[in-house]
Order: sequence, then structure tokens, then C-alpha cells
Amino acid sequence: MEAATAGSTAPARPARKRVSDRARAERRLGWLLCLPAVIVMIAVTAYPIVYAVYLSLLRADLRFPDDQKFIGFDNYVTVLSSSLWWSDFGRTMLITVVSVSLELVLGMLLALVMHRALIGRGLVRTASLIPYGIVTVVAAYAWLLAFSTPSGGFIPHWLGIEHDLVDQAHPVTSFLVVIGAEVWKTTPFMALLLLAGLALVPDEMHEAAKVDGATAWQRFWRITVPLMKPAILVALLFRTLDAFRIFDSAFIIGQNGTNPKIETVSILGYNQLLNRLNLGLGSAVSVLIFLCVMLIAVFFIRVLGTSRPGEGS
Amino acid sequence: MSDGLRNRRILGWAATDALVLIVALFPVLWILMLSLKSPGTVTDGSFLPNEWSLENYSNIFEQGIFTRALLNSFGIAMIATVIAVVLASMAAYAIARLNFPGKAIMLGAALMIAMFPPISIVGPLYNMWRNLGLFDTWPGLIIPYLTFALPLAIYTLTAFFREIPWELEQAAQVDGATPFQAFRKVIVPLAAPGVATTAILVFIFCWNDFVFAVSLTSTSAAQTVPAALSQFPGASQFTAPYGSIAAAAVIVTIPIIILVMIFQRRIVAGLTAGAVKG
Repeated sequence: MEAATAGSTAPARPARKRVSDRARAERRLGWLLCLPAVIVMIAVTAYPIVYAVYLSLLRADLRFPDDQKFIGFDNYVTVLSSSLWWSDFGRTMLITVVSVSLELVLGMLLALVMHRALIGRGLVRTASLIPYGIVTVVAAYAWLLAFSTPSGGFIPHWLGIEHDLVDQAHPVTSFLVVIGAEVWKTTPFMALLLLAGLALVPDEMHEAAKVDGATAWQRFWRITVPLMKPAILVALLFRTLDAFRIFDSAFIIGQNGTNPKIETVSILGYNQLLNRLNLGLGSAVSVLIFLCVMLIAVFFIRVLGTSRPGEGS
Repeated sequence: MSDGLRNRRILGWAATDALVLIVALFPVLWILMLSLKSPGTVTDGSFLPNEWSLENYSNIFEQGIFTRALLNSFGIAMIATVIAVVLASMAAYAIARLNFPGKAIMLGAALMIAMFPPISIVGPLYNMWRNLGLFDTWPGLIIPYLTFALPLAIYTLTAFFREIPWELEQAAQVDGATPFQAFRKVIVPLAAPGVATTAILVFIFCWNDFVFAVSLTSTSAAQTVPAALSQFPGASQFTAPYGSIAAAAVIVTIPIIILVMIFQRRIVAGLTAGAVKG
């Protein structure tokens, strides 16, 4: 991402032309202060991802450590020609699209409640922060144990259902429970991002439109939404990337990643790497996930024109 | 607006508030109820316990696995939070206040890392940590947490620092304060709320992690609660661990509920500041 071009938006001072001692000292201090954070961030992401690319080109199975050898793109061929990768990929995309769409609608409603409620605004905000703050694994267990018959879930009990709603034989309900857990947990986050955008919409515009006879529905679509577009896109970008990386809730609801009907690409990578100990194949999956995430980010920033947060000040 | 209309609107909002509250809290209430069932009735399918009991709680505190995991979770999240906030404060100060080339690259890099899929580096880290002796240790988790918490911390702090009226520092110096006094008496109190908010967000982030915890630990030496939960044994060989899971889930949710209740305003301000104003 050509972040460097944004550098020109930094407040340019006259000192630009002849770099004074003071400016040079300021520059050095700036670098020095950023250095430790940069080192930690690069060391733990850039190096391992390069290492992952390297591993993905090897036959590297930890169960047969002596059999390691360079095999080029064979691991990628194996992954991309397997139906498992494509079914997991399709499922992950479906989870992403369905849950992010639901979150956008529900998050917008929640943001409007947080913004406009005549009473109980603080209460609503506090209550919504609980799903946001709760450990994802805990949220996933709450949903799993509510829906699973063998563990005594109250929902099948209330509905009089005898079979297990979240086992392999019931992929649709398993899938819906994952979506439910995901949407419940992350809608408040979406709502808070949208709330920040809502706060930027001036009240006077609403008042003026009201005087001109615009209905609440028209005001929402013609004033609020266009003005909030940047905030909506940023929220969608964050949540889409997050949803595509889904691991915790699908892993727990899928009984520690053993329910293939709700296996996502991250779980596939995990299973290859840490259960089968196949570093080569697992790394190929990891690199593919990384590329997908980059593609989604580029799509949002280039095609939809999402402004990068932090741009301009 | 007439009184009648106003009352109706208030009633409407009260109903909406109630709906939000129920949806937000119902799953939490369910896991609490589940944890309060006696081990024999955990799987009876009722919402409210038929036999109320604290046995699930006494069970998990008797099994070393949970108390040890709780200690690991607290220790690791605390250390990672302190280091992340210190490093991020330095970087955010530089970004908010100083003029230097590379500032935008810094923010861009932080953003890229915020978008980075953790699963992509779990394999290499697993391999590296085993060679370096960091597998299944506290630093083995603190380091990746730090990496993924830094972008969040830098963004949030930069947003807060940009709002600080830094001229006050010079004003204090003009009034005769030494630079250190000006920093301590003027800047620190102004910066403290932003730093505290950031620390809360980072703590919640580290407390929540599962991917690294489940991949880079194997024993109670460093296993955090989310990882331990997924591997809970039952109280005995013949009982399912659901009661213990529910009780442990309630225990790890308590600190979050306390933080949220005390710092609601701050958390909302922190999340919105980092995301939009950046």
C-alpha cells in the first residue's frame, strides 16, 4: 500500500527546504521513538511470513524430519486442487458475507439507539460493551452449549428437538449457530464504529430537511448514509477482514475443529500445521489466507475508495 | 411536543433499551445459569437450574489446570499491556507531535499488521519458538500479543495525543516551570486518560486471544484460560466438562464486566477515536 504518498499531507513547515539542526534533531527523535515499536511489529510478522513462504515451498512434514526437500509450488498445487480448500474457502466467504451484512444492519440500528435514545443511553452502551469485551471462546461456548442437545442446551429442550443441532449431520443449523455467535459478539463493535460516524452528521441538516418535509426514512438515506459513507466503509473493511480470519468461534462450535461442516480456512491451516504437523502444506494454506486478506484490503481501499484510517489529521 | 406524545416516545425508547439489554445479556445469563447447576443436572436442558449449586466452581478451583491458566492469562496480558502501552506511547507521541519523514509509512505499517491474519504466522512461530526455547513459555505468547496489540495502541494513542493542547507545556515553561515539571504537572495529567483507555483496550485484546494460545502452548506452564477451556477435562472421567467450562467462562467474564461498567465512557471514546479520527 503506497502509504508513502500520504507523507505529503503531513503539515509541511518552511524548514523543508534547508534542514536546520533543530529539524534534524526532531527527525532523529521521531525515528528513535518509533523504532522499538517498528522492530517488534516487523520481527514478529514480516520475518515469519517470509519464513512461511519458504516453508510452503518445501516438503516439510515434522513427522518425517529427514525427508525435507525443496519442491517448488507443489504444495500450492496440492492445496488448490483439493476440494477441501475450496469448500472451506466458500464456507468462509459465506460466513463473512452473511455475518458482516447482518452486523451492518443490526449495528446501524444499535448505533442509532446509542445516538438518539431519549433515555438509557449509558445503559445501552454499557450492555453492548459486554459482548464486545467477552472472550470469543466464552461467547462460542455460550452459544454451543445453548444449542447442543448432548450438553443439555435449553434451546432444543424448549423447541422439543431430539437431535443435536450442532453436529456434523446438521450442517445448516451448525452454520447458523456460528453466524449467531459471531454476529452477537461483534455487532457492538460495528455499532461503535458507526456511532463515531453518526456523531459527525450535523443536527442542523436534519432539522432543515425536516422543515422541508422530508420523512425520517428519507433523511436517513439522503443525509445520514451519504455523510457516514467513510465511517461505514472503514467499519466494513475492519469487520470483513476480521470475519474472513474467523477461527475461535468456528473452532469451538465445531468441537475443537473436528466438525468439517463448519471448518473455515483458518481452521484448515491450523489442522494442517498443528495436528498433522505438515508445515509445508499448512504454510501454503497460511500464505493463501494472507493473500486473500490482502486482496480484500486492496478491494476495499482501491475499488470502494475506503480511506485508510489515519489518513489526514 | 405534548406531554402525551413525549411519554409515548419515552416508553418506546424504554422498550427499545430493554430489547437491546436482553439480547446483549441473554447468552451471558445462560452461561451463568448453566454454571450454577449441580453437576448431575448440567445436561437437563432447563434454562434455570433445578438444583442450585456452587459445585462447578469448587471443582475448577480444585483442579490446578484452571487456577494456573487464570494466573497465566493475567500475567501474560498484564505484561504485554504494559510493554505495548509504553512502546506505543513513544511512537504515538512522535507521530502526533514531531515532524519527521516516515510517519505515514509507520501508520501504514501498523494498519497492515492490524489486518494481518494471525493463523498465517502460527506455523513459522511454532517452529521458531521450539528452536528458540520459547514454545510454551510466557514470553512466547507475550511477543506475538505485543505485535498485534501495538497497531491498536498506536492508533488509539495517536488520536488522543492529537487532542492534547501541547502549547500548555510551553506556557508552563514561560511561567517558570522546568521542562520536567511542565511535562509532569501539565502533560502527564492530560495524557493519562488516553493512556488508561488504551491500556484497557489492549488488555481486553490480549485476554481474548485464542489462536496463539492454543498453538504456542501445550502445558499449564503458559496455557491461558481460553486455551485451557477448550481442553478441560470433566470433574471425573464419567462427567462431561460442561459445568466446569461454564463456571470458568463466568470467572473470566467477571473482569471484563467490571472494566466495562467502570470505564464505559472511556472504552467507547477509545474505540471510536482510534477508528475514525485516527
